[in-house]
Amino acid sequence: MFGYAVRRVLMMVPTLLAISAIVFVIIQLPPGDYFTTYLNELQSRGESVDLNKIAFLKQQYGFDRPLYLQYVYWVGGLLQGDLGYSFEYELPVRTVVGDRLLLTFILSFTTIVFTWLVAFPIGVYTAVRQYSVGDYSLTFLGFIGLATPNFLLALVLQYLAHVWFGTSIGGLMDAQYIDQPWSWGKTGSVFAHIWIPVIVIGTSGTAGLIRRLRANLLDELRKQYVVTAHAKGMHPLKALLKYPLRMALNPFIADIGNLLPQVISGAAIVSVVLSLPTTGPMLLRALQSQDMYLAGSFLMFLAALTVIGTLLSDLALAALDPRIRFGGQAVS
Amino acid sequence: MSEPSEPLAHYVSRAPYDPDEAEPMSAAQRRFYSASQWTLMWWKLRRHRLAVASGVFLLLLYAAAAIAEFIAPYDLHARHTDYLYAPPQEVHFFHDGAFAGPFVYGLSVRLDLDNMRWLYSEDRSRVQPLRFFCTAGDYPGARYSFWNLAGGAFHFICPAPDGQLFLLGTDRLGRDMFSRIVYGARISLTIGLLGIMISMLLGVVIGGIAGYWGGIVDSVVQRVIEVVRSFPELPLWMALSAILPVTWSPVAVYLGITVILGLLDWPGLARAVRSKLLALREEDFCLAAQLMGASPRRIIFRHLLPSFSSHLIASATLSIPSMILAETALSFLGLGLRPPITSWGILLNEAQNISVVALYPWLMLPVVPVILVVLAFQFLGDGLRDAADPYR
Repeated sequence: MFGYAVRRVLMMVPTLLAISAIVFVIIQLPPGDYFTTYLNELQSRGESVDLNKIAFLKQQYGFDRPLYLQYVYWVGGLLQGDLGYSFEYELPVRTVVGDRLLLTFILSFTTIVFTWLVAFPIGVYTAVRQYSVGDYSLTFLGFIGLATPNFLLALVLQYLAHVWFGTSIGGLMDAQYIDQPWSWGKTGSVFAHIWIPVIVIGTSGTAGLIRRLRANLLDELRKQYVVTAHAKGMHPLKALLKYPLRMALNPFIADIGNLLPQVISGAAIVSVVLSLPTTGPMLLRALQSQDMYLAGSFLMFLAALTVIGTLLSDLALAALDPRIRFGGQAVS
Repeated sequence: MSEPSEPLAHYVSRAPYDPDEAEPMSAAQRRFYSASQWTLMWWKLRRHRLAVASGVFLLLLYAAAAIAEFIAPYDLHARHTDYLYAPPQEVHFFHDGAFAGPFVYGLSVRLDLDNMRWLYSEDRSRVQPLRFFCTAGDYPGARYSFWNLAGGAFHFICPAPDGQLFLLGTDRLGRDMFSRIVYGARISLTIGLLGIMISMLLGVVIGGIAGYWGGIVDSVVQRVIEVVRSFPELPLWMALSAILPVTWSPVAVYLGITVILGLLDWPGLARAVRSKLLALREEDFCLAAQLMGASPRRIIFRHLLPSFSSHLIASATLSIPSMILAETALSFLGLGLRPPITSWGILLNEAQNISVVALYPWLMLPVVPVILVVLAFQFLGDGLRDAADPYR
């Protein structure tokens, strides 16, 4: 197990490096460097420019160096927790971001837990009662959930809430807690608000997970040993819980690799629609104003969140399933 | 004893060989066993009612998008400045208890000075009968340029000469929503097809190389796929489309977006191609072809590719919806296509502000075609995937 974990963690390093290289290329792609654009923009607006500050920043981020050195500086900064400098806010990215990263993490995590909690009973039910009315209606609902893009769902829900209750369902906490330090009250407020975005983001992932769990469990239930167990008079509940269910549970862990990018993508756009204080709206804002360091940091954070989540799911899967631990190959 | 060179005497039937003699095949069986792969697939798909219905629905939509000019009563950019944010008009059949054919009542407009918005009501005295197959072009916005090739004014349905026909209302600038949705279909429906072509080309080539050569090439490709897949798609799409230069023309941006969508979608297809190739390479027919001296090129294109092209088409169909949704999401956020090019996402961009939507809910209507198209592609793709294995 330990050897596998070490191997898996080491494999993550080149992936993260490749991702950081791609993000850096994206940061660099807009023509000209920021300082030129920034200076031009300020001067065209007739504002005064503090040339000393520009020179300091240029030095700090190695803008006078060749590209590959800039990349090294950027990655080095990332490793030390320095996310770069936002030109729009004229503040270090870390200050601008505030607790948005934490809120994004909480939102994604809660969504995944929600997906599990909902998908598990429904998946088991639809597999055990295959072709029943409940199975058909839940499968149909799942299809709709899979097909409805979640930002449209957010839009429609928001409209309905506005028309029926006259309230806005946007935001992630009560107004008095915005920009306040974390407290029990704030945490409670966040969890009181979080369920609408969680449902909106979770629908498509839940639908997908239900379909996979149902298919896996059906395959397992048709196997000889289950038939034998039933024939020998084992209690049906035990014949379901003892082995087939445990076998069918693998996708719950293994699917995080698929689920996580989906959830994070969904969270980004749903946050824009519902104006949640997570990374989504700020990423959009940064992209629109070409504040590329800020955008790059967000992109890097979201990708790293995905990679680390996948790593954790792989480790959990290895702990659960000896075939992976010893074979080094996933059996699905 | 006979001579050693003489063959042993044995019975040889002179009758022509008939393989069915021992076990006669019915006509239906014969048809089944001699049917081509595509025929088998079609037979199986035909049984999947929902998939066939979805396929027909999609074909109709594409046909409608091709002749959008005829279907939409107004031109894409026609503005009716007297009718800003007009609500959808209802089509009536009976006026004062008497049948008057399909018609709409004229709109009367009043400015509500307290809330600063236009209020519309039906003017029951003005009956404006609808006209069908009209070519006159005698109302504003009737003239168009068909695919920018030839001018014309033919419409399947159009309003009375001095009347209006806003089946789904108008937007901020007084443009007819129904016409705009019809025109928007042209962009929204094609962007998925173009994107999937790019993605399929990349997927087949890269996956094919990895699957056929294996070894180092394979592991490099696998790593690249892993990296691309570990990106959350939407933020990356957002970043890439945000860096398309502002100076590009709308058509260039349209092409740029398709390329971006295609560039990030190929890993799934490449992975499918690779695993299929790896599995098929071990099949007997492939070994037989190798033993008969076929070149790798012949084996790949003549034997391997046809045997999984059906799977390829099925998985391509299943990834079109995600492209349509991605374009809609990007344009909705204002990072995708740029006006005057109009897609459903661009139309939804107007519905971003909830206070506007609450007053004029018909701005949200482009959601409906998006969901219908995505569902249809999903059903069709599911049916195709089941049908792709005709022998199962």
